[in-house]
Amino acid sequence: MRKQVLAGLLVLGMAVTALSGCGKKAQTTETTAAASTEATAAASAAETQAASSASETEAASSAKTGRAATNEITVGIAQDLDESLDPHLAVAAGTREVMFNVFEGLVKPDPEGNLIPAVASDVEVSEDGLEYTFTLREGVKFHDGSPVEADDVIWSIKRNADDSEGEAMIPALTSISDITSEDNKIHITLSQANNEFLSYMTLAVLPSDYDGQDTAPIGTGPFKFVSRKAQDSIVLERFEDYWGEPAKLDRVTYKIIENSEGLIMGLQSGALDIVSHLGNTQTSQLSDADFHIEQGTMNLVQALYLNNAVAPFDDVRVRQALCYAVDKQGVIDLAFDGLGVPLGSSMYPAFGKYFDASLTDYYTYDPAKAKELLTEAGYPNGFDMTITVPKNYQPHLDTAQVVVEQLKAIGVNATIQPIEWTSWVSDVYMGRQFESTVVGVDASEMTASAMLKRFESTDSNNFINYNNADYDALYAKAQSTFDDAEQTEVFKAMERNLTENAANVYIQDMADLIAVRNGLEGVQFYPLYVLDVSGLYWAD
Amino acid sequence: MKSMLRRVLMLLATMIIVSFLTYAAFELISGDAAEAMLGTQSTPARVEALRKELGLDAPFLVRYARWLLGFFSGDLGISYSYKQPVAELIAPKLEVTLWMCLISFIIISVVSLPLGVLSYQSVVGKFGWIHTTLNQLLMAVPPFFTGILISWGCGVILKFFTPGDFPDMHADMAGAVRYLFFAAICIAIPRIAMMVRMMRSTVINEMEKDYVQTAISRGNDRRGVLVGHVLKNSLVPAITMLGQTMAEIVAGGIVVEQVFGIPGLGRLLVASIANRDYPTVQAVVVILAFWVVFAGMAADLVNQCVDPRLRLGGES
Repeated sequence: MRKQVLAGLLVLGMAVTALSGCGKKAQTTETTAAASTEATAAASAAETQAASSASETEAASSAKTGRAATNEITVGIAQDLDESLDPHLAVAAGTREVMFNVFEGLVKPDPEGNLIPAVASDVEVSEDGLEYTFTLREGVKFHDGSPVEADDVIWSIKRNADDSEGEAMIPALTSISDITSEDNKIHITLSQANNEFLSYMTLAVLPSDYDGQDTAPIGTGPFKFVSRKAQDSIVLERFEDYWGEPAKLDRVTYKIIENSEGLIMGLQSGALDIVSHLGNTQTSQLSDADFHIEQGTMNLVQALYLNNAVAPFDDVRVRQALCYAVDKQGVIDLAFDGLGVPLGSSMYPAFGKYFDASLTDYYTYDPAKAKELLTEAGYPNGFDMTITVPKNYQPHLDTAQVVVEQLKAIGVNATIQPIEWTSWVSDVYMGRQFESTVVGVDASEMTASAMLKRFESTDSNNFINYNNADYDALYAKAQSTFDDAEQTEVFKAMERNLTENAANVYIQDMADLIAVRNGLEGVQFYPLYVLDVSGLYWAD
Repeated sequence: MKSMLRRVLMLLATMIIVSFLTYAAFELISGDAAEAMLGTQSTPARVEALRKELGLDAPFLVRYARWLLGFFSGDLGISYSYKQPVAELIAPKLEVTLWMCLISFIIISVVSLPLGVLSYQSVVGKFGWIHTTLNQLLMAVPPFFTGILISWGCGVILKFFTPGDFPDMHADMAGAVRYLFFAAICIAIPRIAMMVRMMRSTVINEMEKDYVQTAISRGNDRRGVLVGHVLKNSLVPAITMLGQTMAEIVAGGIVVEQVFGIPGLGRLLVASIANRDYPTVQAVVVILAFWVVFAGMAADLVNQCVDPRLRLGGES
């Protein structure tokens, strides 16, 4: 109530300021007349507003109970799905996050990061790891009602493995030497055993004879796509013929609001029910009476990525000095209210067995040691450097800000250069024209390679120009090792290599806060950047 | 008639020049459509393949010529981002933005013109400083900030509208207009302050002119002179400024659309520039160019009706 009064006063204040000038000495009949008409106009406007506000309040309160009754939710997302909706072509994490509910592969990840059968009911792998046999699940249908056939699966896999026009969409699939089907069985033969092969089979199974995927996608997931209005909304509806446990909600609407203040206000006004990827500053504005906050991790590696090919970062001592000079916990405490998991290499905890926690504290905050290393490297007075940051990512800007302050202690004078995302992709990621950058690197599949392959010296995504012969040898070894435990050790050795050579100044896996309207239950965190809405439901 | 033709030609020329400059600007900034679309999945091979697919491998002038040709044959192309025809993409957004601008324009005209004339009084008054301070403050306050205040005050607390839930224009016109009204206020506030200030100084200037002094010395009522002569003469600059305002509203609308979550043209423009979605950017920019020139023309035409002297060939 007090809030309402306060807001009322605020609005009144604005009205008064807008109408300023007419409250002045009204000496003549004309002015008073004008002023009084304005006053009446204002009064009647206030009346109609009051009336409409009353009806609005009723509508809002009935909508609340009505929403649970209609069994639908509205999700606020900051990023529009402004690309092809074809899951084989879409690249943005934001698109994947939503469409995770629409598409499935032969297998799919569960919240623990394990692969569980989906369109395939069963998979058999030969002893030598070269033969995969998938059994197609009975009764799986596409959203248009047609049954999933072996041909659809084969077409989907071949489409991603095709390298006739340059590079395959999933380069790892080029190791498929043969793919055949027999009734409801699909046989895949690999030219080289690959422990990670199964995780690529999470690729979406699509109908082979449908050409509308770009704008009206069809998959097999628990939700079917209904509509997309550019920069406005995406609507999904429960797929009634889903083979597995059906989704609990009837309908999910994603509202696109780029602005974080707008998202918070959408939650407060009742327009939105759930918003992910919020920061502590934002969630603290929400009242406990209406919302609860679920905390997970973003599942990415936020670091000060260094261009290992340009001076002075081509000197390992300089890179190590920076690692000693940056206090990760300090960054997390100062810019993220202490929420976030400090990291020491290019792997995050959700990866389970591949994550080596001992690397996190390899470099402890030690400015004296950093100074020593810099002196050794020939920079006793420090140097100037630029940190390029994509400006649409506030958390990365915040981190860069703290890093700049911390580096001052060792005489390194860093300047932040905020740039557009597309320019970042072009100049930093593709062109490698940068000194350092703060971003988060994530994985598109749950494979160690998704995180580690990029630092191989010749990899096209090796944007930091990491060039280490030992590392390359380790990666080659990982590729030829089929024993899982042994391979895991090799991947861990690669992580250690990155840490010891201070490839980058690793900082953290950021906290992912999800604001959920009270009454809405069933939020599950995945080790990937997705929001599974099929398990969400309104509790009575 | 001849002048009309000249204006239309000028309009066309402006649109073409603007479209060319926009196209050229993209040549200068880093990152092209292919890189924007592939993001961190970019590899030299993929970027190359996509460039070819989009026809971006052709020289700059050839690409521009292709676009221009398409434009004149009524084909705005397909949006790179949304894979749907640009015309289809833009139409609903244009509608929303037009309504928002219209409402905002009405608020500005209805509030600022009378207020401007009335505020002439306040300079002489004891509380003139309040007026000046307030005016300065309102002019400086960014629409982004008022947007948050109004969303919070009128939306979240008073529930006059539901921030974040812009109704479908065709299903719920009244709801949509009400929603837009609050956004329009945010755009209007700084412009109103500017208009009021301009009107006031015009009236003050005009009041000091000889003809006014003469009229008053002849015993005419001060108020009568203000209404009968001064007001009419002050109207011409006011209308010119309203014309400019009409053009500026669209720019002010971009931020407001973002805060309020309104699916309008401004937001589309910002996003499609970031995505290097050339066909969409081109179309929006041409519409905006048309809008700006048209606003100026409209102001001139209205002025010619108000002040017949301007019809004798002089530009206002």
